[in-house]
Amino acid sequence: MKLHEYQSKQIFARYGVPIPKGRVATTAMEARQIAEELGGRVVVKSQVLVGGRGKAGGIRLAKTPKEAEEVAAAILGMEIKGLPVRKVLVDPAANIEQEIYLGITNDRAARRPVFMASAAGGVDIEEVARTTPEKIIKVHIDPLLGLRDYQTRDMALGIDLPKEYWKQFSEICRGLYRAYVECDATLAEINPLVILKEKSLLALDGKMLLDDNALFRHPDLAEMRDVDEEAPAETEARKYDLSFIKLDGNIGCMVNGAGLAMTTMDIVKLFGGEPANFLDIGGGAGAEKVAAALRIILSDKNVKAVLFNIFGGITRCDEVAKGILAALAEVKPNVPMVVRLVGTNAEEGRRLLADANMITAETLADAAKKAVAAAQSVA
Amino acid sequence: MSILVDKNTRLLVQGITGHEGLFHSQQMLAYGTKIVAGVTPGKGGEWVLDGKVPVFDSCKAAVEATGANASIIFVSARFAPDAIYEAADAGIPFIVCITEGIPVQDMMRVREYLDQKGTRLLGPNCPGVLTPGEAKVGIIPGNIAIPGNVGIVSRSGTLTYEVLYALKQEGMGATTCVGIGGDPINGTNFIDCLQMFEADPYTEKVVMIGEIGGTDEEKAAQFIAKNMTKPVVAFIAGQTAPPGKRMGHAGAIIEGGSGTAADKIKALEAVGVKVAKHPEEIPSLLK
Repeated sequence: MKLHEYQSKQIFARYGVPIPKGRVATTAMEARQIAEELGGRVVVKSQVLVGGRGKAGGIRLAKTPKEAEEVAAAILGMEIKGLPVRKVLVDPAANIEQEIYLGITNDRAARRPVFMASAAGGVDIEEVARTTPEKIIKVHIDPLLGLRDYQTRDMALGIDLPKEYWKQFSEICRGLYRAYVECDATLAEINPLVILKEKSLLALDGKMLLDDNALFRHPDLAEMRDVDEEAPAETEARKYDLSFIKLDGNIGCMVNGAGLAMTTMDIVKLFGGEPANFLDIGGGAGAEKVAAALRIILSDKNVKAVLFNIFGGITRCDEVAKGILAALAEVKPNVPMVVRLVGTNAEEGRRLLADANMITAETLADAAKKAVAAAQSVA
Repeated sequence: MSILVDKNTRLLVQGITGHEGLFHSQQMLAYGTKIVAGVTPGKGGEWVLDGKVPVFDSCKAAVEATGANASIIFVSARFAPDAIYEAADAGIPFIVCITEGIPVQDMMRVREYLDQKGTRLLGPNCPGVLTPGEAKVGIIPGNIAIPGNVGIVSRSGTLTYEVLYALKQEGMGATTCVGIGGDPINGTNFIDCLQMFEADPYTEKVVMIGEIGGTDEEKAAQFIAKNMTKPVVAFIAGQTAPPGKRMGHAGAIIEGGSGTAADKIKALEAVGVKVAKHPEEIPSLLK
């Protein structure tokens, strides 16, 4: 789960990381009021869950409250990478001496959290990572020991941070690490962490990604999810605990298991078709879940055929068949359906579907070919 | 012969009185697996599965009473890390964790702890391990596989079933089929299994089923080039997956342009591994 900049910074602040004292506005008038309260120049920042906001014109400086209102009005009307801007953060403008990058994430290969710091922070950090990776200092953390003080000094030394900032930098590192651990983040990042002309450090921007699997122990964080930022079908899918991703093709796919679902997409493409979605109904899915999944697939108007590929293990094919029948009765789709059932209770499942006017297939390759042909005949 | 489990495996089931634990224990028992004990805190002293399996309150008590040498975990994600620690502390050398959805940071701590103790973990979020004709420790349907000379290691669940089934249709069987699970941090990886298959005299060929995300397949390719004398056939799922999207498994995500199917296929083909276009092509590549 992604958090907005303002949400991430509020969390960091709880762990002692200094952040600008701005606020969020949903209207231009509110933005003006915040700018008046803050006094002086402000930065108006679009709050959308994509990168590259600055380059898209979604972050702008305003010298007066009136200008803040105008700028906010412009940004609130924007779309950035297809996402409409509904909120802006109004922060006081900072007097920046240097921009530092500081972040922590999971290093999958090392099986440990890794802290990263660079003196070359700011918008081009990805370019730095690509062209001059030696400018990024990496420190791995023992997950059982946690972050040690000497490691924060190693980072400060590694980025040539002047000694006068070491103490504050170390506190920020410890705060960020605690935020990462206690919120079950997969990424906690400050970019940039700036050295102000006033000789102190400030987290100007913040980004957090949370582990969806850990939200059960963070109900407060789970509530921060911005459903406005998701495709409605994906929100609906999450309600039924389905794993769904919309794609651009015209063959809807319903499969049990992520690996098999991806394979089914691959094989559709191999035989000349384009999958309309990734959909994993998970293990042990019952009729109700299957019906919800089919409704979600058919809500996509591009779908010209649906392919069901179910390999029964924990999932019982007869349960899936019942779900398909229930959904068919409710949705009454007019696209062809290809079904392949193998494994636990497959015969019972096939018998249930015998009268449902569906195309049946024996092998995976056969199912994919039939689905591609069916989609072409409709299109 | 086989790897990891065989007819001498004495299995302990953690979470045996739960819905899934009980169902799959029944299946494993019917397959011939020696289930010697179950553990559910608070239900010690009961017997389950028609009075065949005693239930204990703790792993320690179960191991002392029955000499269990492997454990399988059917406990929900929020309690699973504790179940793993408990099994390891009871001295069980091999733990299979079926549970899906364990937080990544929990798994980093678990893995670090197990490495220090020298305990082997398979999973989490995996279908377990099947040695056809001898023992099933997990949820792989027993009837889709027959004994044979192919070693199988896979990151996926149902996709593995698909491959076992395709092999069986061609009369081909497995020494052992290992599902290592799709989570980003797990216990046993491809290289561990390739090494065991290389050392197992009854395994003549190996099938490796990978998917997008991470770099384990690339590392396996390097290992194969250096250490494997037996032929390896591979399949990689997720060739059409768009980057940056999480495809169900925590593992099935492409991060920052690395871990794509194309990269993995290239790495494997470069070291002489035959890569199937789709799973049903695997049997013909093994011939």
